[in-house]
Amino acid sequence: MAGTGKDKLPQPVKKNPQLKTAAPLVPPLRRSRLGLRLAGFAARGEFCLPFCAACDKAVWPPRDACPGCLAELDWREVDRRGELIAESVLETSPELYFRGRMPWRIGTVQLACGPSIMAHLHQEVQVGEQVEMGLHLDKAQRAVFMAYKNREGSSVNEDSQLRELTSDPKYRRVLISDARSPAGLALARALAAAEAKEIFAGVAESWRRDAVLEALEALDHVTIVPLDLTDSGSVKELAAEIGGKVDILIHTADQPRPGGLLDGSSLTLAQEMQDRLVTGYMRLASQFGPAMRGRGADGVNSATAFVTVLSVYAHANWPSYGTHSACHAAVYSLSQCLRAEMLGSGVRVVNAYIGPLEQDWYESVLPPKLDPQRLARDLIKGLQQGLEDIYIGDVARDVASRFREDAKLLEIELTGGGRE
Amino acid sequence: MAQARANYDGVVLTAPMSLPYQRFSNQSAHWWLLGCLREMLASVAIRPDEIDGLTVSSFTLHPDSAVGFAQHSGLDLRWLEHIPMGGASGIVGLQRAARAVQCGDASIIACLAGDTNQLDSFRQTLSRFSNFSNDAAWPYGSGGANGYFALLTDYYMRRFDTPRELFGKIAVDQRSNALLLEGAMMTRPLSLEAYLSARMIASPLGLFDCVMPCAGAESFLVMSEEMASQRKLPFVRIKAVMEHHNAFASDPVQFRGGWQKEQERFWHDAGSNPPDMDLIQTYDDYPVISVMQMEDLGFFAKGKAAEFLLQRDLTWQGDFPHNTSGGQLSAGQAGAAGGFIGLVEAVRQLTGQAGKRQVVGARLGLVSGFGMVNYDRGVCSGAAVLEGAV
Repeated sequence: MAGTGKDKLPQPVKKNPQLKTAAPLVPPLRRSRLGLRLAGFAARGEFCLPFCAACDKAVWPPRDACPGCLAELDWREVDRRGELIAESVLETSPELYFRGRMPWRIGTVQLACGPSIMAHLHQEVQVGEQVEMGLHLDKAQRAVFMAYKNREGSSVNEDSQLRELTSDPKYRRVLISDARSPAGLALARALAAAEAKEIFAGVAESWRRDAVLEALEALDHVTIVPLDLTDSGSVKELAAEIGGKVDILIHTADQPRPGGLLDGSSLTLAQEMQDRLVTGYMRLASQFGPAMRGRGADGVNSATAFVTVLSVYAHANWPSYGTHSACHAAVYSLSQCLRAEMLGSGVRVVNAYIGPLEQDWYESVLPPKLDPQRLARDLIKGLQQGLEDIYIGDVARDVASRFREDAKLLEIELTGGGRE
Repeated sequence: MAQARANYDGVVLTAPMSLPYQRFSNQSAHWWLLGCLREMLASVAIRPDEIDGLTVSSFTLHPDSAVGFAQHSGLDLRWLEHIPMGGASGIVGLQRAARAVQCGDASIIACLAGDTNQLDSFRQTLSRFSNFSNDAAWPYGSGGANGYFALLTDYYMRRFDTPRELFGKIAVDQRSNALLLEGAMMTRPLSLEAYLSARMIASPLGLFDCVMPCAGAESFLVMSEEMASQRKLPFVRIKAVMEHHNAFASDPVQFRGGWQKEQERFWHDAGSNPPDMDLIQTYDDYPVISVMQMEDLGFFAKGKAAEFLLQRDLTWQGDFPHNTSGGQLSAGQAGAAGGFIGLVEAVRQLTGQAGKRQVVGARLGLVSGFGMVNYDRGVCSGAAVLEGAV
């Protein structure tokens, strides 16, 4: 029952294979072009609204001019606070997605920054109370507002309406594609702490024992599975075995090697890197994608996210690691394609962008460098918040903000703009 | 007060026509509108080639507009208006047509409204109603009008401490009226207990707070009083008309509308006052909207509806006859025809053509309209005072 304020998410029960899997319906897709713009902010967790500088007020719904003075509007990060002034529990809807999820609670929030807006309601909020707003992507990957009592509250994710908007690992089964990668062990530990139900740790050449493998084996809820991203047969075999159980796939494979086209170049190395990173991504997506796409509404532990850890230099080439940047740029481009192909399934294609990690292959790179624990922590937090683009660490955030500000200027800076 | 508005002397409404509603129809909106036009013209012995002006209001006519419909109908027109104002279409159509006749732009104007209701029409209309709705309302549970009006009703009830019994009274009394209407969607009596215990649709709205979408059409003619008299047609005169759009846009949730801004001038124009009305017809997509119109037009003070209405009888034979054909709550909501149902009924009543539910001695009537929840509130409001010619 919605609105009682203290319900917990039901524990997923073992699936009855004789019952039909619920079709992955999604909420309405249709938006104006201005309305679509909101999804870009939601994707990275920002709370932005159209804003009139002259009136010093935010505006909603999105418009082409200020309704107060007809001035042009820009988008700004605004105060998330407001008051819930009306609510309704919907019991019926002509849209199939909502029809299958009734009752559904909505409300009107009077925002401190100006407009009143319609929003989904977290079960903890009551009319007359102060709320804070979240901007999220829904299962259609379109932006929607959610009103919370406390976005950071300890029980915030125990809410069935919020769960439709996030990719929380709680109760879900996760595959880490390359658990031996620097982030693999940290992710496995952090996922267990986030109450993931089962963690499949993909390991190539499992006969090769090392400390990481032993540490993985020692963790509760972790199952080591054989997965070699350079071997189509291996990927296919694992997908046949566990593809229908993977709710979150976290692709961690990487092969950072310095070098560009003229300096430190090796075509053989580049070819290997391409096979592992680019073709490897295609193997993984093509084998696991279809099963995930069919399970976007499969109960509390539905398939929810296909996550890739990407170099932030996928956005603009970093010549010191030029070939590596190019491979990540290719994967970034493929992830956009996958987003289009996953649209309508409820499964989110999430990219976690990082800068150089604290690891041997970046030994000659100056700090700041990203600690794998931080990577794991922020990635999982991003999934819990329902982000689509997660920027982790100072370098990734810096490069991303420069990219948004002026992509060409970033290119000039990265390709020698600092030289004197 | 601003410059006085010119009166509507010499222009009248006549030939009220309603095609009996159907829950679902596989006919087009054009079929409904044309059928209503044909029946109306037959009822007053006017030939199609005598019609030289037309207003059209319909959602499901899309992608056609009044232009496409004009060609479809074969009418040869000097004057044409498309009036996409939903529940305010009747009042606005009447206003536009009256001025055109008064100024000699046209001599007989047919005002038409109607919609079909095919199996998926309702969802299709709602899911692409407006950019604002697509961006900021429909994605939130897709409750459609029920969802937005639930929020509006919830806000109203909290702000003015309103009992559900008030809304129940409106629904129950209208149901008695609808029992005397051919083609009403609702054909059984409704008790207050049944209203209160009905299942919730979108709290605080229960089943009987909501209209039943259906197919249907409504129409009337506007012409000079001289012509109506020559043809011996029963008619009503127009004492006052108002329209107002996008009033009180910064209210966080709608609890009042444009009527409030026009109230003083409107009654001045009418030369009468709310207590003088022998019957009133409000736009009743939800009971709270009827209450809002009565308040904003001055029948009682804002928030005082319960004190006023609970001690009155709102049926056709009561002391405050309201929505005497059952309104949309009981007759059904035939799309844009919902913006005409009260107006057409008022013309019938004030010309003594309301049959078994005739309000005895009705001379003055108020009709009000409320249209187009573009996003979270009705943008268009309108009202008219009509006077029977007896």
